[in-house]
Amino acid sequence: MTTYEQERVGFFTDTSVCIGCKACEVACKEWNLIPQDGTTWTGESYDNTSELNANTWRHVAFVEQERNGDGLRWLMESDVCKHCTHAACLDVCPTGALFRTEFGTVVVQQDICNGCGYCVPACPFGVLGKREEPKDGRVWKCTLCYDRLKGGHEPACAKACPTNSIQFGPLDELRVRADARLAKLERDGVEGARLYGRDPDDGVGGFGAFFLLLDEPEVYGLPPDPVVSTRHLPQMYRSLAAAAAGIVVGIAAAFVGGRS
Amino acid sequence: MSSYYGRPVIKEPVWTWQIPTYFFTGGLAGASSVLSLGAKLAGNERLSKSALYVGAAADAVSPMLLIADLGRPERFHHMLRVAKATSPMNVGAWILLVSGGASSTAAALELLGRLKPVKLLAETVAALAGPPLATYTGVLVADTAIPVWHEGRHELPWIFGASAAASAGAAACMFVPPAEAGPARRLAVGAVAAEGALMQGMELRLGTTGEVYRRGAAGKLALAAKALAGGGAALLATRGGKSRRSAALGGAMVCAGELCLRWSVFRAGFQSARDPKYTIGPQRARVERAGRSAG
Amino acid sequence: MGSNMAENHPVGFQWVMEARERGAEVIHIDPRFTRTSAMATKWVGIRAGSDIAFLGGIVNYILQNDLWFEEYVRHYTNAPVIIEDTFADTEELDGLFSGWDPEECTYDTTTWKYEGMELHGAAGNREEGFGPTGHQAGHGGAGGGLRHGEPPSEDPELSHPRCVFQILKRHYQRYTPELVAETCGCSVDDFVFVCEALVRNSGRERTSAFCYAVGWTQHTVGVQYIRTAAIIQQLLGNIGRPGGGILALRGHASIQGSTDIPTLFDILPGYLSMPHTKTYGDFDRFMEANISPTGWWGHFKAYWVSLMKAYFGEHANEDNDWLFRTFPRIDDDNSTYWTLEQMLEGTVKGYIVAGENPAVGNANGKAHRLALAKLDWLVVRDLVEIETASFWYDSPEIESGELSTTSIPTEVFFLPAASHVEKDGSFTNTQRLLQWHWQAVEPREDCRSELWFYFHRGRRIKEKLAGSKDERDALIEALQWSYPTHSPIQEPDAEAVLAEINGSVLESGAFLSSYKELKDDGSTACGCWIYCGVYADGVNNAARKKPRWEQNATAPEWAWAWPANRRIIYNRASADPDGRPWSERKKYVWWNGRRWTGDDVPDFDETKAPDYVPRRGARAEEAIAGSHPFIMQPDGRAWLYVPQGLEDAPLPAHYEPHESPFDNILYAQRASPRRQRHAGAAWDPYNPVADEPGSDLYPHVLTTYRLTEHHTAGGMTRSVPYLNELQPELFCEVSPELAREARLEHGGWATIYTSRSAIEARVLVTRRVKPLVVGGRTTHQIGVPYHWGTRLLSTGDSANDLMHAALDPNVHIMETKAVTCGIRPGRRPQGKALVDFVAEIRDQAQSQQAQEPRTEPGEVRRT
Ligand SMILES: Nc1nc2c(c(=O)[nH]1)N[C@H]1C(S)=C(S)[C@@H](COP(=O)(O)OP(=O)(O)OC[C@H]3O[C@@H](n4cnc5c(=O)[nH]c(N)nc54)[C@H](O)[C@@H]3O)O[C@H]1N2
Ligand SMILES: Nc1nc2c(c(=O)[nH]1)N[C@H]1C(S)=C(S)[C@@H](COP(=O)(O)OP(=O)(O)OC[C@H]3O[C@@H](n4cnc5c(=O)[nH]c(N)nc54)[C@H](O)[C@@H]3O)O[C@H]1N2
Ligand code: SF4
Ligand code: SF4
Ligand code: SF4
Ligand code: SF4
Ligand code: SF4
Ligand SMILES: [Mo]
Repeated sequence: MTTYEQERVGFFTDTSVCIGCKACEVACKEWNLIPQDGTTWTGESYDNTSELNANTWRHVAFVEQERNGDGLRWLMESDVCKHCTHAACLDVCPTGALFRTEFGTVVVQQDICNGCGYCVPACPFGVLGKREEPKDGRVWKCTLCYDRLKGGHEPACAKACPTNSIQFGPLDELRVRADARLAKLERDGVEGARLYGRDPDDGVGGFGAFFLLLDEPEVYGLPPDPVVSTRHLPQMYRSLAAAAAGIVVGIAAAFVGGRS
Repeated sequence: MSSYYGRPVIKEPVWTWQIPTYFFTGGLAGASSVLSLGAKLAGNERLSKSALYVGAAADAVSPMLLIADLGRPERFHHMLRVAKATSPMNVGAWILLVSGGASSTAAALELLGRLKPVKLLAETVAALAGPPLATYTGVLVADTAIPVWHEGRHELPWIFGASAAASAGAAACMFVPPAEAGPARRLAVGAVAAEGALMQGMELRLGTTGEVYRRGAAGKLALAAKALAGGGAALLATRGGKSRRSAALGGAMVCAGELCLRWSVFRAGFQSARDPKYTIGPQRARVERAGRSAG
Repeated sequence: MGSNMAENHPVGFQWVMEARERGAEVIHIDPRFTRTSAMATKWVGIRAGSDIAFLGGIVNYILQNDLWFEEYVRHYTNAPVIIEDTFADTEELDGLFSGWDPEECTYDTTTWKYEGMELHGAAGNREEGFGPTGHQAGHGGAGGGLRHGEPPSEDPELSHPRCVFQILKRHYQRYTPELVAETCGCSVDDFVFVCEALVRNSGRERTSAFCYAVGWTQHTVGVQYIRTAAIIQQLLGNIGRPGGGILALRGHASIQGSTDIPTLFDILPGYLSMPHTKTYGDFDRFMEANISPTGWWGHFKAYWVSLMKAYFGEHANEDNDWLFRTFPRIDDDNSTYWTLEQMLEGTVKGYIVAGENPAVGNANGKAHRLALAKLDWLVVRDLVEIETASFWYDSPEIESGELSTTSIPTEVFFLPAASHVEKDGSFTNTQRLLQWHWQAVEPREDCRSELWFYFHRGRRIKEKLAGSKDERDALIEALQWSYPTHSPIQEPDAEAVLAEINGSVLESGAFLSSYKELKDDGSTACGCWIYCGVYADGVNNAARKKPRWEQNATAPEWAWAWPANRRIIYNRASADPDGRPWSERKKYVWWNGRRWTGDDVPDFDETKAPDYVPRRGARAEEAIAGSHPFIMQPDGRAWLYVPQGLEDAPLPAHYEPHESPFDNILYAQRASPRRQRHAGAAWDPYNPVADEPGSDLYPHVLTTYRLTEHHTAGGMTRSVPYLNELQPELFCEVSPELAREARLEHGGWATIYTSRSAIEARVLVTRRVKPLVVGGRTTHQIGVPYHWGTRLLSTGDSANDLMHAALDPNVHIMETKAVTCGIRPGRRPQGKALVDFVAEIRDQAQSQQAQEPRTEPGEVRRT
């Protein structure tokens, strides 16, 4: 039986030291035996992966910026599933395929997922994708290397990252480290540095995999204020109940006035 | 609005045509069951029977559509391995199971003309499951990160409910002689009117996001929905009580309109997911209103 | 500078990142803003091919502002040495040095020597003075021999007009910040920023390092680029000290190893020179030429004899001159591009290609493919069927009709190679660390390791020749060729080879533990003297993997560094002339009153006191004073000025690339007069340059480079699906300004052309490439990665089809970092039309050029 005593672990991805080598992307694909998915040249800087989806669980974003007087900046950020504290994907999954592991991570059990696709639009970060190859149709995403964690190893992407941009560990520790890092960058006068997803009070209850960014989240394709949709579920159920009652009332009313 | 190469922030749904169609059939089934029981209580057997059959048929089609969408039919039952209140889809699956089971039992017994008490029980169960069946799909779509859906969460169950009622009424009008279809007609006409008002209200409240209902496929479908449902309702209201053919035509138009409405809502979701401004804009505004910094 | 470390050495770059996090200033100077620039604290964009101007400007800045590290320069460099009055500088000769022979296009370097003494090269170009040969070992084995062990005449005050210091000052005095800005296309402020940062971060308390790779080497003056950096580092006291140095970021996984135990034509293991047909009739003469009377190369004979004993065992002995007479010779420059010419001319008939892909990786790819088609036979050993093995059916020349499969006579053998995970062995990295790796899986099917291939091939050849009376076979018969094998395929034992390289005392069989134990009397055998000690006491030291947190900061027990497990060479320079650390902060190796000690293995006679003065006539290291750290040099000093050993200059001077759109702002001599060209060769046509008529057809500067996602000629990465999705297509990087001017559309196609060929690439318009103002004129630079070819999982045109094969004369490397080109929107013509397209522009250019051909002082125009 799994025990839930395990500390919650996750990632602190510090984009200020990411060199955009994509070793994380490749390591993830190698370890998880993810199929190759397309060789389109996008012309979007050095990013030909474009997004997270069923066959890309780590995605390195490249943003070229030229700001007046400031010269050039080339931001690189290795994106991944956030392993949200309040994970919409997990909440809405009708089969229980998505579950929270003993490590506090969010994982799809591939033998249970039925491909209903509900989690796909539910994720406020667009992380999940449905694998379209014939005879699959299930959704896939970062497992935070559940198998490796069980074996006592760090995730493949973190292991491969040469600059420690991807830091793996107990979430509490990572938060402390991230705070110190942010403080240092602020002392050094690095502009625009901020932690993204570190705050346990945010719309998804904080990320299990959070980031240090050097610009607004949307610059990297991340939502500025993600909220787990199920936060409003009680409200929605109330609307549902009211509307359901409305139907009854409406129909009842239709009978007022007789048969014809 | 800056975004990453104009790419969407969230994913579009992966659902295909079966889903909006199911929204329609599910709504039709749910509202029909209520209409059927209502008619029964009002002593309008003809209307009750027709609505029962319509509901049962729609209830029967619904799971088939869902299964078709999954790609792998054998996986449907995974849905029922848990009961999970946080998943509207799971809740819906149970409702559909109950509703479908009940309405088909009732219809079968009706056909066979046997086991009256059981039939009555089944009808009652179906009628109880009907309203949530008709409205949960509104919650289903609203409980996602799709801006136009999630932001429309207050209205969507109502709109879906109204649409369901309209289609149930309209469908009944197609099969029941005008003389006995009064409640159905009034239901259809009233629901179309209510739904129109609700849609308008939602669009207004959604602000910029609401514009997707005026753009692209969603816009066209919304127009079609308005024209068909509105036209059908007008026809029903003016001539539905007199002419059987008008009633049938009006009913069909309203049903088609309701189908278009679901499709419009469905496409609007895709459109609002695809353009990052609908995701980022409201969130950014929220951040700024709160005077926070993002992240 | 001259390297894109983050992209091409990402694992090593983690330490740069760590240093940055600890406050180090990281400056990247590169024509393009790259992933390295993005990580740097400062990026300075310069024109490709202009680095000597930039670096020379730094030298001038240091000298003019008196910012040099006085004690270091006075004692550890040849700044005080007085140069013969025959020497004349580029300042006097408008871009030429004394000794230029315009007919031969070579320098008589005797005009460059130290006053009153004869020099001759050490392991580099030693035969100089023994007859001209025109070859030079490039990879590190330089040095020179003072003919007699006398100290040179010098002026400790550094004021003699002919002392190196004053010559240096005069040589660079016109390299002002303004001139640098005008030549390199950067701003004066950026240049001065770099100077100030460097100076601020050098001295007793601090050190700075230069990291370079092929952004510096692949030029007709590549060696001189590095020389200029060497001058800066000497002036600032940044060599032989922790955190200092000029770090060559080497290429392939063990490319350092393959120069130590060379795959080069002109050196033998440990940088021993290869005998030449012309010069070395007999063994004694060869020894005389190579044994440096002073400095560490005085032990040349011990290394040579021990190598011969390792090769031939008992067959090599004093009486037969260690088999010198029958030992192979080189007879010309014999390098890659020379061989290419011979193939084209039909004199080289067979070719074995192992671990490279010249059809894609070598400059002027088309010439290489055409040359392959002239061979009788070709053997390619590789992991996958690369373009070099498949040229006969799918090269662009087949498509264009220049070659046809049915008429190519070449018999091609493809032999599958085992990869590094399928075999034991060692990698020698950038830091000279030998790191052992173990086999993980058995080779598949017919794949075989190099070791297997060469061992069994040698074994079979020996079997075939057994008993032959032919004299030319004698050496093969004498060769010792037995290694234990294991596994069903009879894989030779790699550790046995390592043990042989390490060497042993022949009588006892005891493993040697240091090159100092090597003897010139045939009592020791050693396969590579600098590796001696890697297998001391029969322990594979290369396999040590003790984590750094379990040992001191130099981590001496992680693997093994040559020589003698020394992590920083010339580390005696980390202490002042009296043997005290320059500062507490930078202490590394010091004299404790009795011996040299510290954090590393001292690179000095352990007991030689700092005040040691050699007696007259002392030899080898005994002729090196206790205050002279550079023990491989005959005078124990670092050379600001190189009196001998280089083909092209004693002091680096800025020359334009062989092809560039500009005149030399500094001298009438435009490009290096000594660059190796194939003038008039139909296979290597050149674009008109500078203000020559026709040069406007090739107005832009083109540079080629690598991407993290691919490796070199692509055999190892275009075969990996995951890497191809990351960089699926050839593209070119252009500035928005050039895109506008040339009507290039982002995401569309462009055709780039030179006199050699034309290629097509997707257009990546990016602000990371900037137009530069050079000499008052706006220039555009175009960047193109060179990884693609016709095969494997992602295909594309090869940038090398555009390149010419003009070379650096010292190391014969091609100038793939700066050529000129034209660019047009749209895809290139296909098939025969491509050849016509290229020829049309070329003919037009050449006919215009012919009207006003340009001659420079150093050239005699050949027709
Ligand atoms: N991922 C990856 N890593 C590799 C390799 C690979 O193919 N892929 N190859 C390996 C090999 S074999 C080698 S030799 C090394 C090479 O490593 P690098 O030398 O770093 O390789 P390049 O990308 O060819 O060139 C480096 C930089 O030189 C710049 N440059 C061009 N011309 C000039 C110039 O005139 N002056 C200056 N200052 N800069 C210039 C280019 O813009 C480029 O950014 O990398 C090794 N590592
Ligand atoms: N335009 C331009 N041209 C350049 C450069 C540039 O910057 N610009 N850089 C130059 C440089 S620095 C280099 S190093 C060259 C590289 O050019 P090449 O050396 O020609 O290219 P690689 O693709 O590295 O070729 C190595 C081959 O060895 C194979 N291989 C790997 N392991 C083994 C093994 O164990 N045994 C055998 N037999 N084969 C093996 C690989 O599959 C691969 O095909 O390119 C040069 N050419
Ligand atoms: S980021 Fe998306 S996929 Fe990941 S846990 Fe959160 S909601 Fe689920
Ligand atoms: S697609 Fe799979 S993981 Fe996603 S909600 Fe449906 S069952 Fe759950
Ligand atoms: S944690 Fe594992 S599964 Fe997730 S991105 Fe990293 S390597 Fe991939
Ligand atoms: S491996 Fe690390 S440095 Fe490289 S792209 Fe990924 S996060 Fe960035
Ligand atoms: S590819 Fe290998 S050698 Fe090159 S940086 Fe990565 S680990 Fe180092
Ligand atoms: Mo290289």
